[in-house]
Order: sequence, then structure tokens, then C-alpha cells
Amino acid sequence: MGLADAFYNSIVRRNSIYVSSIFAGAFAFGVGLDLGVSSFWDRWNRGRQWKDIRAKYSEAASE
Amino acid sequence: MSRLPGTALRQSRGLWTSVNTARPAFRNTLLSSTRHASSSSPQHAQSFLTSRASLAAFSCLTVGSIAWYTQLYGTLPFIGEVSANSPAEDGLHPVAYPWSHKGWFDSFDHASIRRGYQVYREVCAACHSLDRIAWRNLVGVSHTVDEVKAMAEEIEYEDGPDAEGQMFQRPGKLSDYMPPPYPNEEAARAGNAGALPPDLSLIIKARHGGADYVFSLLTGYFDPPAGVQIREGMNYNPYFPGGAISMARVLFDGVVEYADGTPATTSQMAKDVVTFLNWAAEPEHDERKQIGIKAVIIFSSLFALSIYLKRHKWTTIKSRKIIYNPPN
Repeated sequence: MGLADAFYNSIVRRNSIYVSSIFAGAFAFGVGLDLGVSSFWDRWNRGRQWKDIRAKYSEAASE
Repeated sequence: MSRLPGTALRQSRGLWTSVNTARPAFRNTLLSSTRHASSSSPQHAQSFLTSRASLAAFSCLTVGSIAWYTQLYGTLPFIGEVSANSPAEDGLHPVAYPWSHKGWFDSFDHASIRRGYQVYREVCAACHSLDRIAWRNLVGVSHTVDEVKAMAEEIEYEDGPDAEGQMFQRPGKLSDYMPPPYPNEEAARAGNAGALPPDLSLIIKARHGGADYVFSLLTGYFDPPAGVQIREGMNYNPYFPGGAISMARVLFDGVVEYADGTPATTSQMAKDVVTFLNWAAEPEHDERKQIGIKAVIIFSSLFALSIYLKRHKWTTIKSRKIIYNPPN
């Protein structure tokens, strides 16, 4: 139970640290989920999205 | 249920088939298997076919499916009714086509949206309006901002009033909506022998069968079969309810010329314009599916967490043992 004890002593012991770690954890989870889902989405839909074909048209317009 | 040994379940299920002959044995199995789970009722070991919960569940399922059917088709199932319609008058059902954006994780094919806009602009826009799409909506979807600005400036819009109270013409801006082909409904009807060409902004959502139906309609013009009378000025299309449609076939091979070199066959143009119209009806589509993935991930992990927590909290209750010592 070394891990659980370390978790309890370092995070749960003080309420200020506990609450702020929950908030920071929620923020990090939100960012991580967004990044993970969008990287999966871009891999799955490679070549179909606007950002994949945009280069063709913006180059053509600038020429 | 989870506290029972697996063999007890198998035994009781096997015994249920021959319950008439082996009832005493069945009861013995029941008693012996439920002894160490005093808080759970002895009904647990019964076949799931006879429990009250499954009776309630099957009743709910039956009522629910009848209600669903009635809501979907407007009639009660298995009850005959008299109708003067023939199947032809409801229109042929469209085939389910493998759209590039059909799957749970599939975004729109934006190159197809771009080609579809070209088909709409060069073919459909002669009669059909697209009221709910503004030029700015195309930016970052199928065209760059400079391209859209150039396209909008080719159209004259009426604006005003100016300082003298006069309305004036000005070139289009990004915030302007797609120009309608006719100024009002009466003009549209007068130009099309009394038939109003519907606005295409939401047409994919507004028709049964959606994208499949519109694709089938665009590619489904045939000569009328023997015995079918089509009035002058109408066209035969089996996918259109009634079979007679005022719109003539408009997509022929090579009607437009694609800038990206895609062969402009009839079905290719129909596929592209239907993809474009599907985007017009559901511009939130790509973002919606991404949010859906996130929602499924979050809610399924929360559900798993709640199941774990429930079992954790119930462990003591489920595994306790109450011993009755009868007074001597």
C-alpha cells in the first residue's frame, strides 16, 4: 500500500492541496481527452478534412 | 446472483426443463444453494423465464416497441387497414449508399463538398434557393476566405437605405446569404409551371431517406413504364412519391467540369451535390461526431465507475451471514 499511503499523505492530507489537485486534474484530463480524440479523428479522417486539402487551394490563389 | 456458485445455476437451469418429474430435486438445489446468501431472495435461483422482473421487462419491451412502431409508421402493427394507395404512390425506397461520412467516426469529405458546391452553383441554383447558407459558411469548409470573397463580390445585393433614403446595389460580402434564383414564391411558381422548387438548405433532413433519397432521385429518371401516364411537362421518377415530378433530369455526364480533374459523371455529380447539401443541412456534423466520441468515453467510464462503487458498497451486505439459533 505504499502508493496509496503516498497518495494520501501528499494529496488528501491538506484540503487546499486536495481541492486544487482535483481542479488541476480535471483541467489536465479535459485537455488530454481533447488532444487524444482529435488526434484519433485526424488519423481516421486523413485526407478528407478541409485542413488536409486546404494547401492545394491557398497555393493556387496566391500564385 | 453473483454469489451463487456457477454449478448451482447450471443445475437449476437443466432441471427446469424436466421440472415436472424432478421437482423435489429442484427444491433441494434451491435450498442448498441459497443458504449462504441469506439477504437475497430464493427467487434468484428460479429460471429467468419465470421471474417477475423478466415479466415486467418483457411487458415494457412489448409496449415500448408497439409505441415506437406507432410513432414511426403512424399505425398499429399487425392491424390491417384499407388504403387506396399503391406502393408506387409512396415512391420507391432508396438504396442505402455507403456515404463517405456515414460511419460513427467519419467526417465529411470536404473535397466532395467543394465539388458539390460547384454542381449546386452551376446546375441547381438556376431554380433552387439555399436561403440558410451564407457565403461565410463556406470559409474553412470548402473554400478559402479569398475565394469566397471573390465569389460573393460577383453578386449584386440590394442594401440601404442610404443617407437620402434610397436603396442601392452593392457587391456581396461574406455575411450575405446565398442569392435566391427568384425574388419570391409566386415568381418561382410562375417560372416552373406552377411547381415550387423547394429550398435546399435543409432538404437532406426534410425528406425520408435523406441523402440516399436525394441521390436516388437525381439519378433515378427513367422512361415511364407501360401503363403509366405522365402529363405534359412532368417527368417520371419512381423514387418521387406518385412517380410524376416537375423537375426534369438535370445531371448528365459532363454537365460541369471539375477543377480537380474528377470525371464528372452523373453519379459522381449527384454524390458530390448530395454531400454538399448534407453539409448544408448539418454544418455541425464533424464537430458533433467528435463531441459524441468524447461523451461516449466519459459517460461509459462514469457508468463503469458507478457499477464498481455500487458493488464495493454492497460487498458487506451481499456477503454477510445471518445465523438463526433457535431457542431451546
